[in-house]
Amino acid sequence: MSEHNEIDRVSGRSTTGHEWDGIKELNTPLPRWWVLTFYATIIWAIGYWVVYPAWPLVSGYTTGLFQYSTRASVVTDLADLEKLRGEKMAVLGSASLADIEKDPALLALARARGKTVFADNCAPCHGSGGAGAKGFPNLNDDDWLWGGSLDQIMQTIQFGARSGHAKTHEGQMLAFGRDGVLKKDEIVTVANYVRSLSGLPTAPKFDASAGKKIFTENCTSCHGDNGKGNQELGAPNLTDKIWLYGSDEETLVETITNGRAGVMPAWVGRLDPVTVKALAVYVHSLGGGK
Amino acid sequence: MTMGEAGLASGLAVFAFVCFLGTAMGHDQAFSFHAALACAASVISVVVIGNRYLDRPAELPPAEIGGRPNYNFGPIKFASAMAMFWGIAGFTVGLIIAMQLAWPALNLDLPWTTFGRLRPLHTSAVIFAFGGNVLIATSFYVVQKTCRTRLAGDLSPWFVVVGYNFFILIAGTGYLLGVTQSKEYAEPEWYADLWLTIVWVTYLLVFLMTLVKRKEPHIFVANWFYLAFIITIAVLHLGNNPALPVSFLGSKSYIAWGGVQDAMFQWWYGHNAVGFFLTAGFLAIMYYFIPKRADRPVYSYRLSIIHFWALIFLYIWAGPHHLHYTALPDWAQTLGMTFSIMLWMPSWGGMINGLMTLSGAWDKLRTDPVLRMMVVSVAFYGMSTFEGPMMSIKVVNSLSHYTDWTIGHVHSGALGWVGFVSFGALYCLVPWLWNRQLYSLKLVNWHFWISTIGIVLYISAMWVSGILQGLMWRAYTSLGFLEYSFIESVEAMHPFYIIRAAGGALFLIGALIMAFNLWMTVNAGQASETEGAGALQPAE
Repeated sequence: MSEHNEIDRVSGRSTTGHEWDGIKELNTPLPRWWVLTFYATIIWAIGYWVVYPAWPLVSGYTTGLFQYSTRASVVTDLADLEKLRGEKMAVLGSASLADIEKDPALLALARARGKTVFADNCAPCHGSGGAGAKGFPNLNDDDWLWGGSLDQIMQTIQFGARSGHAKTHEGQMLAFGRDGVLKKDEIVTVANYVRSLSGLPTAPKFDASAGKKIFTENCTSCHGDNGKGNQELGAPNLTDKIWLYGSDEETLVETITNGRAGVMPAWVGRLDPVTVKALAVYVHSLGGGK
Repeated sequence: MTMGEAGLASGLAVFAFVCFLGTAMGHDQAFSFHAALACAASVISVVVIGNRYLDRPAELPPAEIGGRPNYNFGPIKFASAMAMFWGIAGFTVGLIIAMQLAWPALNLDLPWTTFGRLRPLHTSAVIFAFGGNVLIATSFYVVQKTCRTRLAGDLSPWFVVVGYNFFILIAGTGYLLGVTQSKEYAEPEWYADLWLTIVWVTYLLVFLMTLVKRKEPHIFVANWFYLAFIITIAVLHLGNNPALPVSFLGSKSYIAWGGVQDAMFQWWYGHNAVGFFLTAGFLAIMYYFIPKRADRPVYSYRLSIIHFWALIFLYIWAGPHHLHYTALPDWAQTLGMTFSIMLWMPSWGGMINGLMTLSGAWDKLRTDPVLRMMVVSVAFYGMSTFEGPMMSIKVVNSLSHYTDWTIGHVHSGALGWVGFVSFGALYCLVPWLWNRQLYSLKLVNWHFWISTIGIVLYISAMWVSGILQGLMWRAYTSLGFLEYSFIESVEAMHPFYIIRAAGGALFLIGALIMAFNLWMTVNAGQASETEGAGALQPAE
């Protein structure tokens, strides 16, 4: 351990005279730019404390010259947003669905609002373009389970399907196999009959008259005599080649055996009335609105 | 038998019995499993302590042999090996979760392999398991060498390294089983926290007692940083984790803090885990290993003092910047932000001292990839300690917060700074400890370049995706509605998540090359001629 200072050959600086495991230290002064920048950040911080809320006091805190508060700033931001959306937003609130359809500016506003809300609330099930998925209806086509008029769409969005809400759409596909109404071979037969309704090929041993008989006895009360469905009951049209769960024999047998009762939540209470209205307009405009 | 051996063995025997009861009576499977692990570990430890007593000479190893310190390297070797092991494990899990974000099917629909459980496994494995073992190993080495004295205690250093790794085992298996108190970077439940407290206090005592019996008149700068790291981590751990277990025989507990106070405690802890674990601790590594490897004096003693005290005084205030625009009062957000800005220069003091120590030795960067790795780590340190204060500014934070930018920022610090300085230290330490020459410098060079490219891919992908994400979230249409849905911003991230995973894969490949290199160094390396494991470098 050498306790005397020496001069480092490379830098010309003296060492501090300390040494640990061969490591020495130079007595280099603090870099000027480092000190000045450090002071500058301190001065800036003090300035910031003067103008913004900064230090806690016994009860309360220093509020700063700018009287800034996050809450007030949110209120301002939201007011700015309302200003950007303009007076039409208020009109949208009071306009009827028919009025909105007639006024192009109002329609554009409602669609823009609906698009945003759809993407964050509906897209998880119906897909970001509304194309749907197995069990989740496609909203682009003109095939509607519960009706495709503006009022019907709004009704569905508000109260959902089998959502538990008092005004929800009820009615479900019964479990004909599980409940023992139909036997396994009868289910296969009627499944093939259902396929034949939209012109799909049937199994070789399929007995069309037996299929029609089973269908007439069990299915027509909801799906109608010719299988065109019933929107009052949410019973799908079986003749239009649009399938919610799938058209292959296996899926149809599964549907008839165990029934189907997909749920759409009620959005009333979760979304405000104006938003629901805008959403209905948007969904109606996706392609199949009636 | 010494008091320590008898005391620890009988204490562990009692603990084994308690854990046996805990296994039998535990209210949930995870608790019983952990109690069984603790029981088995205690029994094994008692046997090992007994065997060690029977095998060792009547006298304990002397503190000095022939007037030279008889350094205690056993626990350091253990911690170094564990660091490499956990490093590989942590990087691998990181790669898996990066790929899960790009391809969610990789969650496998199993509870144990979902992102939610693997993510804390990754963060804890790299920060606490890899980083922690590197810190313990290097601190035990540096404090001995720079104090010219044998590590204090006989069994206690072993208790620290083994006990710490047992904590990691409990924490990690707990995450996979779904045991968590849901505090980020402090997920382990109450019993793991209690165990860590015991281990950490022992660590502090071993370190302090070694400092106390030093043969040098002054305390080397690296040891200040190590001590600040050990003490502050103890304070943070105790402050953030007071919890009331639902039952002393179950894994679930509730934190004593509530609401915004809990959030404030959490980020006071979280940010200072960055400050004192990942910054102060690794600066200590830098202050020893860079001058040592470069064979140059530390650039400025004065700067080291000023930036040390400024750093530890200012860092502790900076936590609220994690809670900008939340329910945290405005005044607390202001303090968090302004102290973060003032922290910029104190952080850079370390960078200046690290880089300028190279003056007169820059040519070594061409020939020594280990030194290059450590210097690049200091550069990454400088970059992320500029980026950090910038991101703490509220207007910047309003764009960056909750986006991948934060992930990019953390990883430029974690991969670039903490990772590289640790790799550099291990490349130095392993040959010194095992008295071998490093197996291959060429492989270090490969490691350096592959991992550097990996880091660049990782952080640039996250910068771009983070800023894109932030801009998409705040974009409004001319009619005053949000332009993009959340899911659209998720879709936009996909290509960047793939690039990020590719970067992570390269980083992992580099670490695997390192593990091979160190394995070959220990098992097939040539004996070193220059530096003896137990021998002392002449101090003159």
